Amino acid sequence: MEKTTKLTKEDFTSDQETRWCPGCGDYSILAQMKKVLPNLGISRENIVFVSGIGCSSRFPYYLETYGIHGIHGRAPVIASGIKLSRPDLKVFVITGDGDGLSIGGNHLIHLFRRNIDITIILFNNQIYGLTKGQYSPTSEKGKITKSSPYGSLENPFNPVQMALASGATFVARSIDRDPKHLAATLDRAARHKGTAFVEVYQNCNIFNDGAFIALTDAKQKKSHLLKMEHDKPFIFGENNENMLTWTGQKFSVISSDASENGHEILKHNENGSGPAMEFMLASLSHVDHLPTPIGIFRSIEIDTYDEMLTKQIEHAKKEKGDGDLKKLFTGGYTWMNN
Amino acid sequence: MSEKEVQELERVTICFAGDSGDGMQLTGSQFTNTTAGIGNDLNTLPDYPAEIRAPIGTTFGVSGFQIQFSSTDVHTPGDSPDVLIAMNPAALKVNLPNLKHNGIIIINTDSFQSRNLSLAGLESNPLEDGSLEAYQVFPVNVTELTREALKDMDLTVKIKDRCKNFFALGMTYWMFSRPMETTEHWLKEKFKNKDDLIKANTLALKAGFSYALSTEIFTTAYKVPKAAKKAGQYRNITGNQGIAFGLITAAKKAGRELFLGSYPITPASDILHELSKHRNFDVKTFQAEDEIAGVGAALGAVYAGSLGVTTTSGPGIALKSEFMGLAVMTELPLVIINIQRGGPSTGLPTKTEQSDLLQAFYGRNGESPIPIIAAAGPADCFNAAFEAARIALEFTTPVILLSDGYIANGTEPWLIPDVDKISEIHIKQPPTDEKYLPYKRDPERLSRLHALPGTPGLEHRIGGLEKEDITGNISYDPDNHDKMVRIRAEKIGRVNRFVDDPELVGKDHGDLLILSWGSTYGPILAAVEEVQKQGREVSWCHLRWLNPLPINLSRFIHNFKTVLIPEINLGQLLKIIRAEYLVDATGFNRVRGLPLRTSELLAEIDLILKGLE
Repeated sequence: MEKTTKLTKEDFTSDQETRWCPGCGDYSILAQMKKVLPNLGISRENIVFVSGIGCSSRFPYYLETYGIHGIHGRAPVIASGIKLSRPDLKVFVITGDGDGLSIGGNHLIHLFRRNIDITIILFNNQIYGLTKGQYSPTSEKGKITKSSPYGSLENPFNPVQMALASGATFVARSIDRDPKHLAATLDRAARHKGTAFVEVYQNCNIFNDGAFIALTDAKQKKSHLLKMEHDKPFIFGENNENMLTWTGQKFSVISSDASENGHEILKHNENGSGPAMEFMLASLSHVDHLPTPIGIFRSIEIDTYDEMLTKQIEHAKKEKGDGDLKKLFTGGYTWMNN
Repeated sequence: MSEKEVQELERVTICFAGDSGDGMQLTGSQFTNTTAGIGNDLNTLPDYPAEIRAPIGTTFGVSGFQIQFSSTDVHTPGDSPDVLIAMNPAALKVNLPNLKHNGIIIINTDSFQSRNLSLAGLESNPLEDGSLEAYQVFPVNVTELTREALKDMDLTVKIKDRCKNFFALGMTYWMFSRPMETTEHWLKEKFKNKDDLIKANTLALKAGFSYALSTEIFTTAYKVPKAAKKAGQYRNITGNQGIAFGLITAAKKAGRELFLGSYPITPASDILHELSKHRNFDVKTFQAEDEIAGVGAALGAVYAGSLGVTTTSGPGIALKSEFMGLAVMTELPLVIINIQRGGPSTGLPTKTEQSDLLQAFYGRNGESPIPIIAAAGPADCFNAAFEAARIALEFTTPVILLSDGYIANGTEPWLIPDVDKISEIHIKQPPTDEKYLPYKRDPERLSRLHALPGTPGLEHRIGGLEKEDITGNISYDPDNHDKMVRIRAEKIGRVNRFVDDPELVGKDHGDLLILSWGSTYGPILAAVEEVQKQGREVSWCHLRWLNPLPINLSRFIHNFKTVLIPEINLGQLLKIIRAEYLVDATGFNRVRGLPLRTSELLAEIDLILKGLE
C-alpha cells in the first residue's frame, strides 16, 4: 500500500446516487468514512469495501474504491477470501445488526478469532430496516414491531461483548451523531493490524427513531454517555461530576473529586486491561442507570492470519523449492510402460 | 514341496474384507501399487463404513477393498470378485453374496469363533455348515501363523496381531505371482525410525508368501500378464488426487494463485488434504467455519484475482447455492466441485450416487445457469478439473464439476502428462486507458472483463443486485432484466463452441444408443466392448459437459430406435434429455450406493436388442 499524493473526500465519492432515507444515520457514517480514508495514505485502488445485505450494505456503492455487495450475512467470508488472496489490499466490511449478528453471526465470530487484517464497521440501529421494521438481535426485549405485536421475547446481543469474547484484537463503539468521535474511532480501527471491530450506534429515523436518544440528545447525553479515553479516568455527567470506580464486585459511581477523598482512581487501559474489565465495561448501559461507554475497549496486537499464511508459503518454498509440476506428478510411486 | 501349477489368467477381481480396524484399505492399496508396478491395468473400489471405528466384528463395521486387474484394459473394479479374503465372519457374510460361483475364499479361521459368529449374526459356522460348498475355500489360521512368525520379536500380542493383514497380503502375492519389493520398500518409508515395525510387517508378509508357497492347501498360482497400455510413465491416482493436481496445474497455466475455501465433508475432504500439502505452489487452503464460508471465501479470492475453488458433496452444495447465485450475477470465475454421495440429507456419506445432477442444473433461485462438467473416472478427474477451471476463467462464470464417491476414492493408472504440452489458460484483462465498463462483453464468449483490485483507475462496485447491461450500474428496469437474463443464458450456451464434442462410439444411427455421464463410464465401456465382441451393434456417447449439452448430440440422437440412459439415480439426465430433444429415451437406474454392474447392464442391453429384433 504505497503512499500517494493526498486525496480528498471528493476523490472517494463515487458517481452513484445515495439512496438512504433522508435523515438516516448512515449518511453520517459515510461522511466520516470519506474524511478518514484520505488520511490513511492508501490509494483508492488498493481499498476494497465488502458488504452483505441490508441498508448499511449499500455503503460500498457510494465510495470510489473497489467494492463488492455480497449476500446476506456473508461479507466477512468474502472479505477473508479477498484479504488472504491479496494481503496487499486494505479490506473493510460494512454490516448491520441483522446482517452481522443474526444471519451472519457465525462468520463474524470466526473472523474475530482468526484475526485476519480486516476492519469491520457494524451499523447497529436495533431494527431491521430494509425489510421494513422487524425486531433485530439487538432490539430490546419486549419490543413491539410488525413481527412482534405482543412484544419480542428475545434477549438482545451485546455486539461488543461478542467481539471481545471471540478474541477480536480491536473492539470499539461509537455513535453516528458524534462525528468527531466517530471519525477518530474509524481512523484508529482502519489503522489497526488485525481484525478491528467498530459498533456504531446508528439511528433509523423511519423504523426505530430515537433508539439512542439518551446518548445523542444534548440535554441527556452528558449523564448517559461515557467517553472512554486511554489512561484517563472514567468521567461523565452534566458537569463531569461523576466518575466510575470498581468495588471488586461491580462498578459504582462516585464523585469525580473522589480522589481527594482517598479513592483510588480507576483509569482506562485499552491495550489489554484484561477480559474481565473489558467485559464489565461492555456490559454497562444507561438502561441500567450506569453510563453507556463509547470508545476503544480493546486494542492489542498479535500475529495476523494473513501474515502467518504468507510465512507458511515462504517457508514451504524454502524447504521444498518453488512448486514444480513435473516433480509433483512423479512424486509418488511411478512406473514405465514401454 | 511339490512343483505347483501356474495358470495364466486375463483378468482377476479380488476383494479384501475385514473389520474396519483390520487394515484392509492399506492391504488393498499395497496390492494395487504392486499390481500397477508389474504393468497390469487396474481399477479399484474402497468400500468402508461411515463410522470411523464401528463396533468390532459386526457386519456394519466391515471394510472392503476391491481391485480388478488385467492384461487387457480394465474399466471397473469388477462386478463380482473371483477371490475374497475374509478376515472375519462379518466380512464373509457381507461379501459372499457378491462372490462369483466357484470363487476362491481365503478365510482367517482364527476369527471364526462363536463370539464373532454371533456378532456377525450367523447362527452356525459357515466353515462347518456346508454353506460354502459352492466355493473353493482356503481356511488359514492367519492370526496364529502371524504370531508364530513373529515369536522372536519383543512386541505385544496386540501389535503382532496388527501385522496379520500383511500375512494375508503375502499369501495373495504368492497366489498371483506378485513381487514383494514394492511393499517392503513402502514399509521402510512408512515406518522410518521404527525398525521393529518394519521388521514385524516384513516378516509377516514373507511368512504369508512362504506359507502359500509351501503348504499343500494352495495348489495353483496364477499369473496375469502385463497389459498393453499406451507407452509412458504412469502412477496410480485417485479421483480426488486427480482433481487436486488438475487445479494446481490450471492455476499455474493461468498465472493465478490457487485458493481453496472448503469445509470438511466425506467424500470430498481428500482434495482439501491434498491441496493443503502444496503451499510451495502458492496454494492457499482455507478450512472455513462452514460450507457457506468456504464458497464465500473462494469467491472473495476470485474477486481479488485467485483461481478460487470450493469443494464439497451434495449437502454442502445445498448450503452454497446462494453464493453460487452471486457468482452467476457477478459473473466471476468460481470452480465448485461436488463429490456426490448417496442422498438425500446425510444419506449414505461413504457411498456413491449420481443424484445431484438436477441440483447442479436447477438448485438455485432465479434463472441461474452454470456450466456443468462431469469426470468419467479417477484418471479423468485431472483433465476434468483443468477443463472446469479453464472454462470458468475464459467465460468469467462459475463452473460445477461433478465427481462421485466411487471415482473420488477409486484408483486407476494415470498416464502422467507432459507438463510443457498442457496449453496455457489466457485471461483477458480490461484496458486501463479507457473508462471501465464492468459488464461490457467479449463478443465471442460474452464473458466480461474483470478488473482486479489494485488496478488504478478501474475502481468499481459489483454485487448481487441486477446490473445494467454494459455499465454494471444497479438497474431495476424491466427490459434490462429481461435482456440480462437472456445474456447470462446465452453466454453459458456458447460454452459448447469452445469444448470438444464427446465421442460417438459406433454408428450415428441404428437400434440402440446408450447415453451416459460421469462415473458410469467404466461399467458402460466394459458392457459396450462385450456387446461389440458378440458382433452386435450398439452406439454409445458419454457426455463430458452436461450444461450446455454438446453440439453434436442433436445430429444423431433422433436416429435410434431406442435411447438408453443408465444412471445411478432415478433418471435425472433422462429428464433433461427428454425435455431438450423430445426423444422417448428410457432409463436404466440402480441406486444402491455402488457403481453400476456391467453384467446387469449387459442383460438390459440384451433385452432391448432382442425386443427390437
